[in-house]
Amino acid sequence: MSNYVIPIIILIIIIYGIKEKRNIYEDFLNGAKEGLLLIYNIIPPILAITFAVNIFVKSNFLNDTLLFLKPIINIPLEVIPMALLRPISGTATLAILQSIFSLYGPDSFIGYLASTFQGCTDTTIYVLALYFGSIKITKTRYALIVGLFADLIGIISAIVVISIVYT
Amino acid sequence: MVNIIWFILLIIGITYSIISGNTKILNDEILLSAKSAFNLILTMMEVTVLWTGILNIAEKSNLLKKFSNLINPLLSKLFPKIKKGDKALDYISSNVAANMLGLGSAATPFGLKAMKELQGLNNKKDEASDEMITFLVLNTSGVTIIPTTVIALRLAHNSSNPSGIILTSLIATSLASIAGLTLDYLIRRKHK
Repeated sequence: MSNYVIPIIILIIIIYGIKEKRNIYEDFLNGAKEGLLLIYNIIPPILAITFAVNIFVKSNFLNDTLLFLKPIINIPLEVIPMALLRPISGTATLAILQSIFSLYGPDSFIGYLASTFQGCTDTTIYVLALYFGSIKITKTRYALIVGLFADLIGIISAIVVISIVYT
Repeated sequence: MVNIIWFILLIIGITYSIISGNTKILNDEILLSAKSAFNLILTMMEVTVLWTGILNIAEKSNLLKKFSNLINPLLSKLFPKIKKGDKALDYISSNVAANMLGLGSAATPFGLKAMKELQGLNNKKDEASDEMITFLVLNTSGVTIIPTTVIALRLAHNSSNPSGIILTSLIATSLASIAGLTLDYLIRRKHK
């Protein structure tokens, strides 16, 4: 089922483009150029964050301090910093995702769980700061609470869904 | 914000490694982290560039606009105070549509325009309106159909089923959106 989604979306897009008499090849090239620029702009933050996250993760600080949680919640501890950092920085969680994949592989339980974390919520705090900042709103009322609540439900849902599907 | 987090990660990571005598690993990590950062960038680059290309076709052929028209009526139910045909609603649906397709870079300009329109309808200019909050909840809990970056990363790590996370992500993200919108609705009603 999942394997059909992407090819079908691509088919719809190119057929519609031709139907509208667009030069879809040119449009693709221009879009790809924008994509390259996007990548170029995130090289420095990715480098900075990967540096800090890797040193933090490899120091074993979390594994040692969160050991007491192990009997209480039955999920791999490596995803906890990911869940905590998800609302703040997309690049930080991406760096953790990368290290989880290279340690456990993307098809392991923790690999699936971490993938779903990354896919299911957005960087709430960052988005709120950007969007409210752009129109000079200083009183954000209950926006942050509701946003973080949604993130929490997303994380919990991910754990439940992956536990059901994977085991 | 990121400033502080960066500092905390590094200070804990380095001091804890020194205290626990892991300086060999620490040194390796300092030298190797740039390498793994560039690996990550290269991995993301392939799919991001491809996907922004494909989605630019959808944008230029007005397919994205059509898709957002499709969800427009649904959205107008979430924003009863905004009049039908108001530009704000168009921008909101374009933003949501772009987010759904995993096109974050195209979603942001639409989102910022939507905020500007909502600010025009806002009575207190320094305070967030109900509509803004509902929009941001919708945006940040973002229903994403295709999490492109994650799929790319899974592919790069030789996953046997890179897109196998589409359905599970969709379920989790939908539940997050529903929960966020419900809480938003309850708070709104209480304030009246």
